Amino acid sequence: MSKSYELFIGPNHPGIPGNFSLKIELEGDTVISAKGDPGYLHRAFEKAMEGRYYIQNLALIPRICVPEPDINEAAYSMAVEDLMGVEIPERAKYIRTIVLELARAANYTFWMGGFAGTLGLYTLAQWSFGDRDYALDLFAEICGARVYHMYIWPGGVRRDLPPGWEDKLLGYVKYMKDRLIDYDNIFFKNVMFKYRTKGIAVVTKEQAIEWGATGPILKAAGVAQDVRKDDPYAAYEYLDFEIPTLTDGDSWSRAMIRRWELENSLNIIEQAIKKMPKKGPVWEKMPNPLKWYVPEGETYAKVESARGEHGFYMVSDGTGKPYRVAVRGASHTHMFTIAEKVLIGQRLADVSHILVSLDVCPPEIDR
Amino acid sequence: MNIKEYEKGSFLKPLTSVKYLFKKPHTLRYPKETKPVADRFRGLHINDVDKCIGCGNCRDICPCAAITMEKASKIGRPIEIDKKGANPVRPKIDYGRCSFCALCVEMCPTGSLKMSKDLIYTSPDAEAFAWVPLEEQGREPGFIQDNEITPLMLEAEEMEELEPEVRKRSFEEMILGFSEEQARKEAMRCLGCGICMQGCPAHMKIPEYIQAIFDGDNKKSVKYMLEDNVLPGICGRICTHRCQDDCVYQYRGAPIHIMWLKRYATDQLEDYKNVNIEKMPETGKKVAIIGGGPSGLSAAYHLSTMGHSVTIFEQKNRAGGALAAGIPLYRLPIYELDKEIGNIESMGVEIKTNVKVGEDVKFKDLLKEFDAVYIGIGLSYGRSINLKGEEHPDVVQAIDFLRQVKVEGRRDITKHVIVIGGGNVAMDVARTVARLQEINYQSKDTTVETVSLEDWDIMPASQEEIDGALEEGVIFNPAWGPNQVIFNEDGSIKGLEVKKVKYVFDENHRFNPAFYEDQKKIIYGDYIIESVGQMYNFSFIPKELMDKLKFTPRRKVWVDEYGETSIPGVFAGGDIVETSKGDAISAIANGHRAAIGIDRFLHGKSRRG
Repeated sequence: MSKSYELFIGPNHPGIPGNFSLKIELEGDTVISAKGDPGYLHRAFEKAMEGRYYIQNLALIPRICVPEPDINEAAYSMAVEDLMGVEIPERAKYIRTIVLELARAANYTFWMGGFAGTLGLYTLAQWSFGDRDYALDLFAEICGARVYHMYIWPGGVRRDLPPGWEDKLLGYVKYMKDRLIDYDNIFFKNVMFKYRTKGIAVVTKEQAIEWGATGPILKAAGVAQDVRKDDPYAAYEYLDFEIPTLTDGDSWSRAMIRRWELENSLNIIEQAIKKMPKKGPVWEKMPNPLKWYVPEGETYAKVESARGEHGFYMVSDGTGKPYRVAVRGASHTHMFTIAEKVLIGQRLADVSHILVSLDVCPPEIDR
Repeated sequence: MNIKEYEKGSFLKPLTSVKYLFKKPHTLRYPKETKPVADRFRGLHINDVDKCIGCGNCRDICPCAAITMEKASKIGRPIEIDKKGANPVRPKIDYGRCSFCALCVEMCPTGSLKMSKDLIYTSPDAEAFAWVPLEEQGREPGFIQDNEITPLMLEAEEMEELEPEVRKRSFEEMILGFSEEQARKEAMRCLGCGICMQGCPAHMKIPEYIQAIFDGDNKKSVKYMLEDNVLPGICGRICTHRCQDDCVYQYRGAPIHIMWLKRYATDQLEDYKNVNIEKMPETGKKVAIIGGGPSGLSAAYHLSTMGHSVTIFEQKNRAGGALAAGIPLYRLPIYELDKEIGNIESMGVEIKTNVKVGEDVKFKDLLKEFDAVYIGIGLSYGRSINLKGEEHPDVVQAIDFLRQVKVEGRRDITKHVIVIGGGNVAMDVARTVARLQEINYQSKDTTVETVSLEDWDIMPASQEEIDGALEEGVIFNPAWGPNQVIFNEDGSIKGLEVKKVKYVFDENHRFNPAFYEDQKKIIYGDYIIESVGQMYNFSFIPKELMDKLKFTPRRKVWVDEYGETSIPGVFAGGDIVETSKGDAISAIANGHRAAIGIDRFLHGKSRRG
């Protein structure tokens, strides 16, 4: 008689971050093998993009990442702008930066809730989901939608900031900074959090580099790599910020990196608002969407998402619709090359929080 | 951030969250309390269906294919459907598909479509989630268009033209035409909705030929043009461009220069050899066409493509009708006429010039010798207004004057000229006079004045013609009616006495001008050109046939939907029929229609034939 048994985690499981399934083999409560089982969310985004006008894809791409849709808009727009050889106005660069950082902050806030939830601390989840809503309200004011913004588009952004929005945003930043003290007290300085996550699912520096990790996983392993610094886009080159790193590469370090990055994002927002030109165009005129022929060529545009490097590889054959678009989501690597390996030997109770600490986002895998 | 502090961990710190027990919650008690909705919120749609023109651009851009166009009769309330430049359909949105991206709103050329702040709708019926958005559904506007940031290209390309001072010195063509870059850019603006096609009397395939220009395929473009318009290069210069009046860009920006795009594409081709409509096998049938104007040429071209042998009888020394004799050189150069009429001849059409039907050949003989006859004689005689003193030799008809200048090379003019009329022909005359005065007198101490019954707001001439005339120094006297010619003692003309117009159209909207008899003034001038319309001359038709020829109440020749007159086998088109709007393009459309009718007749399909 075999000692091991198979268990499905997901697609309907409170401990799985989205419509995704994980097939694990256990011996007792120790994982002996793990296999990601994608496809529950597959909507053929990449294929669908080939049949649509460049502007129509704007309605599609935010759906590749629910908690942080703006990275898709930014990378897609940057790819189109690169193929067309368009430089966007200065103010638009700053607005993009602010929007991307606000989205990052909202995403980490959301993530904290999910992470604490998998550890059994639901108070933090309620707090953070509520606080994320304030960021969504700010998004609704600039673009009219809370979740799928479609605000960044090729050439710049879709509308200028409404009057008084910057002040509201600064209010939000201040509020979040105050709230972080509470978040620290209830969670990040909580000894239970430490006991549950310290030394769990370690990804060493060497492993992280070899397995192609990006974002918080890489930073938690001690590599200061970030697209915002290495290959600056939007207005990041004009801004002063540090890339946080830790050395242990465990679940605790990854969580702390995100906590740190959240604070970082709030600081970047403050800085960007100060430096942003107060007036000026926010959009470089683009062609009629129905006759928007992008010059022949290929390009890869990348941004730093909350999970790591997020990029769009785009090939144009000179017509009004992209010939091929491939989306590089960090979660794909993090699931199939990292999670499947680091889960081995872990306890069943830790599987959920390890997945969340690696921040595996299913829509990025099923695209 | 001090990481050491976090590494330590604490048992007590989490307990500080107990303070939230005594704080107000930040959630709202819905539905008692509601949250203010953002001003730009992208909720359910609002559409001002009276402003909407049913162009379908929202449907075309919708990434989710959530928009279909619903027939006006199914909207649930009456809307003005026979509006100019509009389709009798309105968008219906399926909220089962809509992604609330608002691209439809961005692309709405009229600005009728908006998004509201309302997002809440429930129904147990799945069908109920698709509806035609209306204003009276009472939703508060949210996301709306912005003319600064819009995917529509609202601004038109500037057309270069000669400066008024330069162009006055000669009869050189004043519009310089688009460069390739300009043409591609202007063509790029087109949304391809096809609203313009309804405005064009010939229903040219405008979106298709603009797309071909955008693709850089001028041959394909001209090929599309020739299917409905045999004189595209000429129309690209002188058309009344009703298409542009309908262009959806007019509501938020400038209409596309459709006419000049047409001119650009044709100018790129030396001849139309490879783009003509393919000829069908010879049928052996013969068709006579009386009058070599645009309608006759159009009929001839299409009939020859249908395999019939066609002969045009033209009384003047060159074909072209009003195009050849009337339209001044600065608008339509001779080489363009030669190119396009030459193309029609290359299709096997025989043009007999200097042949006057009724004198050189008898109309009855034509009926005997040919299987069908087409009359496209146009309005080639000036209409007099029975002005007191108009029998003086220095009072002339516009059509004669223009022909003298264009065809016979007349270059003399007096110093003070009065033009009676406010239409496009009057503008042609006035601007021709301005050029002649510049050539003869360098415009020193010269005047050219127009007198029209119509005031500025109802002047029949197109705005660009009026503006051009003003730039060239033409003086306008709108809302004045001619009373009588005043003479000097030596018998020469001293001027024109005019009286103030009370109204031009009476309460039944009929042309019935009335004047203030006590308000009179004299416009001084020594030469008067009457430009108040033209008329036809049917004297070549024998009386017994003339009696059979049916006329409409407005004294135009009656024709059926295939252009056939009340005499079997005799077809008519151009300015002499009711459907003409008095311009080249409607004559071309008439000619095409009659060609189809003649073809049917020759194949024995006529209703009466």
